[in-house]
Amino acid sequence: MAGLEDLYREIILDHYRTPRNKGELETPPAHRTEGFNPLCGDEIVVYIDTDDNGLVSDIKIGGQGCSISQSSASMMSMAVKGKTVDEARQITSAFKRLMSIHETNVGGDGSEAEADDFDEIDADIDLGDLEALQGVVKFPTRIKCATLAWNTLSQAFDEIAEDS
Amino acid sequence: MSTPTLDVAAIRKDFPILSQVQDGKRLVFLDSAASSQHPTQVLDAMNDIYLHSYANVHRGVYQLAERATSAYESARDSVARFIGAPDPNEVIFTKNATEAINLVAQSWGRQNLKPGDAIVLTLMEHHANIVPWQMIAAELDCEIRWVPVTDEGELDLTDLDQLLDGAKVFAFTSMSNVLGTINPVARLTQAARAAGAISVVDACQSVPHFSTDVAELGADFIAFSAHKMLGPSGIGVLWGKKDLLDAMPPFLGGGGMILNVTTEGFTADGVPGKFEAGTPPIVEAVGLGAAVDYLENIGMDLIRQHEVELTAYAMRTLTERVGDDLLIMGPSEPAARGGVLSLSLADVHAHDVSQVLDEHAVCIRPGHHCAKPLMRRFDVNATARASVYIYNDIDDIDALADALVAARDFFSL
Ligand SMILES: Cc1ncc(COP(=O)(O)O)c(C=O)c1O
Repeated sequence: MAGLEDLYREIILDHYRTPRNKGELETPPAHRTEGFNPLCGDEIVVYIDTDDNGLVSDIKIGGQGCSISQSSASMMSMAVKGKTVDEARQITSAFKRLMSIHETNVGGDGSEAEADDFDEIDADIDLGDLEALQGVVKFPTRIKCATLAWNTLSQAFDEIAEDS
Repeated sequence: MSTPTLDVAAIRKDFPILSQVQDGKRLVFLDSAASSQHPTQVLDAMNDIYLHSYANVHRGVYQLAERATSAYESARDSVARFIGAPDPNEVIFTKNATEAINLVAQSWGRQNLKPGDAIVLTLMEHHANIVPWQMIAAELDCEIRWVPVTDEGELDLTDLDQLLDGAKVFAFTSMSNVLGTINPVARLTQAARAAGAISVVDACQSVPHFSTDVAELGADFIAFSAHKMLGPSGIGVLWGKKDLLDAMPPFLGGGGMILNVTTEGFTADGVPGKFEAGTPPIVEAVGLGAAVDYLENIGMDLIRQHEVELTAYAMRTLTERVGDDLLIMGPSEPAARGGVLSLSLADVHAHDVSQVLDEHAVCIRPGHHCAKPLMRRFDVNATARASVYIYNDIDDIDALADALVAARDFFSL
């Protein structure tokens, strides 16, 4: 059975207690997008500034949530800040694959082979601290917590693309 | 002490699911406000129908069909008796309480509401008693007014008369599924009547836990679900006053709800058939009937007394053990509330609390409990909710306290 330590790695608790890039940005120029987890009521607000070169020049996170959703948002903000929108989208899909590959294998031991596939696809993407969230997939009800910020970020990028 | 107490140890023997062990620990089920467990009496009654008397109801003339119909209809009689309904035909079987409220909003609402009419709700409603009204209000251009909630978690009735002035519907819960607050239903239905509004009572959290008499409540409609009162999921009840039900148009159309159908149109059946289109939840109705018999056999007053005692013990124990880090929402007087405790553990999010509790085999519910306007009122987005029923005892509460202490320590407050 998966234990609490699998879920709550120290780095996760650290980001939860001391969230990075917490706050708001002035809108406009920044873009603001809200995300909801309808299951638990968690809300996340992503403020994002993109510059003329397509770089995520600044990002802030607002809202409230559990340790998983908050730490995931905090790590996400660090991972995408200073990256191009395309790079940020790649990181997003790499992270979501990390969350979903295992979703279909929860409880089974057959995840190895697919995990290798995952490594291949995303070999060039370094998720860094975000790998600590891998344990979440053993707790299927919490996957939505981990992906909330990322879904909101994707939505923000879509909205920004539509606006321009 | 001569006052009788509930024999929980004996009751627990009727609930095999509760004797299971999770990761070496006694399973502690404290989520009955979401859905309760089933005694073997209910399961046996349902199994018995499947094994010996199953057929579609109200159709066949063979003996199996007659037995199934009679079992289905006697469940209606049991429910009517249980809630003091003068006529079993006032008991409509639906899918759940949510469908029952939608039935009233769509059928009564579409017939009686006009643009500009007001619908009064309270800030402590479950989404099931909000969204159906918002849907019909948006369609017919009606206004929704809200009865506020005090810091203690009670309805603030100061301006009730103004809020009800000119209103057509007053829909409210008999007991909050988040705060445990028990509302003064009779007083509220009387105020609705005086204002010329119908009253719709969401009785999901009260019918399972204390005795219900529709005449005493004075409501026009009440709605509840079987799965919160030891019965199966898939069946709920709408009770309504006969004259109102008679005057309402059907909600869903199909087989079973008609007297006649021609190429030109249809004639609807009388109640309850008019509101039970299609094959109903036959076996589920029998399960509900058995649940009602089981509850009556124990006695609703004894059940209520047990839950007040257990709630008082829980409030005392949790406060002592966990201390100032723990906030228990809602009325502070156990006798004034139901056995629902919404907990906030300082900075630890309800989701995280519940995760640690699961390690201790303690089942509680994190989240907004489908009452987002109420959560917003108290500026929280999730609580950890523990709720008790007839099969819970002091050991369950002690296990909850242990687990909460562990959660606090794990996140090292
Ligand atoms: C107060 C209240 N109203 C309505 C409901 C909805 O019940 P159901 O989902 O069975 O329709 C619930 C339960 O979730 C409830 O607690």
